[in-house]
Amino acid sequence: MSSDSSQSPPDRRGLIAFAWLWVGAPLAYGVYELVQKATQLFTG
Amino acid sequence: MSPPVAPPGWSRWLVPPAALSVHLSIGQAYAWSVFKPPLESALGLSGTQSALPFQLGIVMLGLSAAFGGTLVERNGPRWAMTVALICFSSGFLLSALGAATEQYWLIVLGYGFVGGIGLGIGYISPVSTLIKWFPDRPGMATGIAIMGFGGGALIASPWSAQMLESFGSDNSGIALAFLVHGLAYAVFMTLGVLLIRVPRTAKPVEGAPSVSAGPQVSARGAVRTPQFWCLWIVLCMNVTAGIGILEKAAPMIKDFFADTSTPVSVSAAAGFVALLSAANMAGRIGWSSTSDLIGRKNIYRVYLGVGAVMYALLALFGDSSKPLFILCALVILSFYGGGFATIPAYLKDLFGTYQVGAIHGRLLTAWSTAGVLGPLIVNWIADRQEEAGKSGSSLYGLSFVIMIGLLVVGFVANELVRPVHVRHHIPAPREEAVDVQRQQPESA
Repeated sequence: MSSDSSQSPPDRRGLIAFAWLWVGAPLAYGVYELVQKATQLFTG
Repeated sequence: MSPPVAPPGWSRWLVPPAALSVHLSIGQAYAWSVFKPPLESALGLSGTQSALPFQLGIVMLGLSAAFGGTLVERNGPRWAMTVALICFSSGFLLSALGAATEQYWLIVLGYGFVGGIGLGIGYISPVSTLIKWFPDRPGMATGIAIMGFGGGALIASPWSAQMLESFGSDNSGIALAFLVHGLAYAVFMTLGVLLIRVPRTAKPVEGAPSVSAGPQVSARGAVRTPQFWCLWIVLCMNVTAGIGILEKAAPMIKDFFADTSTPVSVSAAAGFVALLSAANMAGRIGWSSTSDLIGRKNIYRVYLGVGAVMYALLALFGDSSKPLFILCALVILSFYGGGFATIPAYLKDLFGTYQVGAIHGRLLTAWSTAGVLGPLIVNWIADRQEEAGKSGSSLYGLSFVIMIGLLVVGFVANELVRPVHVRHHIPAPREEAVDVQRQQPESA
């Protein structure tokens, strides 16, 4: 067995959260604007 | 540039946001229309002229995806994302220079030609890598990325409009908006360049099939198979059918209910178009993920078969019920998005992961063809019907019948798809050899 395999890999949960927030925040903004516009179909 | 290999313990859930950072950016292309009216008034352009950067961009998307796919496979996703970042951002910077100096040709060259190369390379850059990281759920993985391309316009459309409102719609305001776009997208896409990694082994997930399992076909070999051309027809027909609705969505819903007691207002029609965009996006992730459960051939049976039924319902009863009209259009648009997002996984099933990104790039020529075919059919027929004195829903009846016919052609092409003949397979599973080489330093 290699010596590397005895070490646990670094915890990347923070990086994963940051990466998803990076792309999720602007997407949420786009979806919010879309929903605002789509409601015009029922109110316009 | 050699492909960036993931260190031990690298999470595969870092790969979808890397892909999304690129696709959410390049998806801006579909929000180009925001810049059209200000450009027309600032530089004295016609509507046709102001559409040129977008049209050239889409042509370049198809060409660079088709011809650059093999380079992407050879140099890896980080190289591809870097090229996409440089081209897409510098396209905006050149456009800023063009707007500031009132040289429109620079905007066409920058946004259309240079930026268009970024669109094509960026579109295919994460596909192969995602499939390798998610051999158990390739449909879901590529669905996330390709949903991002749809989502890009949702972000850019209000963002660009607000920017033009703040900076002004004269040539210096447009130049400043282009400059901010170029810089902001460069920063945003950097996340993808930094995070993207290819898996260390051909089996990145315990219990999942190896990415090099099954037949492997090169891009050159794939285009010589009937399967590739069957899928080309499938994609082309499915996209044409979707564009048939998307192209004229706002005037269509107004025409359908113009003579009823509840006519559709301009703002309600805009809301309908927005709802179609939501269905398009939801279809990309929803239907593509479903394909992992029910199989690629079956999901295309749904897209093409149920899609034809939806068009038939529209043609027969669309003008009698607004909810039915909206429901059918939403389902068709969700299939349109689903068709785009599921095709990389279908290609992986048939041709393996060896050069799936390059094969996907070549298949995207079906999209370019459909982009011309769909609007042409609907607009040409609607114009002829109008000349013949028709109005309302009868402007579209013949178009819908043609769309049904195209979907049936696509359905038959899907039925003809069979496993690729062994003579097209590449001789050895090269991924395994690469794995051994990668693992040697560690075990030494």
